[in-house]
Amino acid sequence: MIRVKNIYKSFDGRNVLDDISVTFEPGMTNLIIGSSGSGKTVLLKSIVGLHEADSGEIWYEDTLFNTLNFHERKEIRKQIGMLFQGSALFDSLSVEDNVRFPLDMFSGLNTREKKERVNFCLERVNLAGTNKLFPSELSGGMKKRAAIARAIALNPRYLFCDEPNSGLDPITAILIDNLIKEITEEYNITTVVNTHDMNSVMEIGEKIVFISEGQKCWEGNSKEILNSDCKLLNDFVFANALAKQLKNTGV
Amino acid sequence: MLKFLHEFGNYWILMGKVFSKPENYSVYYRQTLREFISLGLYSIGIVVIISVFMGAVITLQTAYNTDNPIYPSYLIGLGCRDSIILEFSSTVIALILAGKVGSNITSEIGTMRVTEQIDALEMMGVNSASFLILPKITATLLFNPFLTLISIVVGIAGGWIAGVGAGVVTSSDFIYGIQYAFIPYYILYSMIKTVFFAFIITTVAAYHGYFVEGGSLEVGRASTKAVVYSSILILLTNVILTQLMLS
Repeated sequence: MIRVKNIYKSFDGRNVLDDISVTFEPGMTNLIIGSSGSGKTVLLKSIVGLHEADSGEIWYEDTLFNTLNFHERKEIRKQIGMLFQGSALFDSLSVEDNVRFPLDMFSGLNTREKKERVNFCLERVNLAGTNKLFPSELSGGMKKRAAIARAIALNPRYLFCDEPNSGLDPITAILIDNLIKEITEEYNITTVVNTHDMNSVMEIGEKIVFISEGQKCWEGNSKEILNSDCKLLNDFVFANALAKQLKNTGV
Repeated sequence: MLKFLHEFGNYWILMGKVFSKPENYSVYYRQTLREFISLGLYSIGIVVIISVFMGAVITLQTAYNTDNPIYPSYLIGLGCRDSIILEFSSTVIALILAGKVGSNITSEIGTMRVTEQIDALEMMGVNSASFLILPKITATLLFNPFLTLISIVVGIAGGWIAGVGAGVVTSSDFIYGIQYAFIPYYILYSMIKTVFFAFIITTVAAYHGYFVEGGSLEVGRASTKAVVYSSILILLTNVILTQLMLS
């Protein structure tokens, strides 16, 4: 479980996160939604420590994360997998070497065990046989899956995904969504996904937090979201013409 | 001035992170071997080409400017040798490597920064500064003196080929000249300068890449800045070291 309490963050005097408190449950796909520039990515990066929050608390189970120094954070970070918006695969390494990288660094496994683990992770994301390919040879969806394979290589307790669907076609996007949900349930991971994709919200949104202009405006699940009386949320959810028409006709 | 102090402080904070205990020695070792190839071995070609031509030009220039019966012709070999050992193979090659290796380092690390690859390393619990920069520093500090030695040998050979080929000096006079009044300390002086220059090239370029913000345009600008700053620092360090070591 991850608990965020009263987080504030500003850049050059501009408040980007304004008193956000939220709890992310294990074994559940937790979504942070909001329009572009609402503060989703800053919130996610503040939770994992890539940005330092100005004030507030971030708890991983019973550990207050944001007061730890770099070396103390390492122990928690080894339990975190992260999927970045642009996949962030290492360009100079093959798919196999990318997935093996965290194992080389921290696992203590021997070469055969590492190879087996890499193959297992690649098979889990349906990328078996792509071991020797380089990131530049992969499609957008394959890059995301390779990045997921790398993120789960060390059996993380926490998985963070920053806009996992950006730049993908709707079918591939749903595949990635389902993969994240399956992995979350399979390994009882606390998963936090940043998205503004409404398909993702309806497919995998077990717990949803809506933020707008750095403030938490609404919290609920994918069933409750359609009947919310939060105007900002309704404007976001029913932004396109079809959704508006369906809502107005009561479908 | 404030900006300069800010950058200067950031540079040394980064160096503090770079020279911290590696997470996994075998991974760092493999990374260092990769850097030996990409920063060292792949630079031999350009060093050889430039050294041959510079050696040739130095010889021809010396010959045409000392074309007088009172100067013995072996001075052409001596002039070529000392110019190459004292300045060309350390300083000029360092300036060229600041362009080739420095821009390579800045663009590589800068691209990793803007594509969140550095964030990915940090998220895994890896000290990204140390992992990315320390192997490059190790590789250049150990390999660049070797490049300087190659440059000295090839540069003098280029001078011999040009001098003898153009008929401005006989082979025996040139060879006598390069042996005449040889001071082995000059080689040490050249090597020490090379080590300092290698540190400047690598760390200044890495610093500019590591802290780049924005996109590909900013990476390009950072590469240019890295080359300019490291070239100025090389020239400044050259003056200081020359005064300290040869005075």
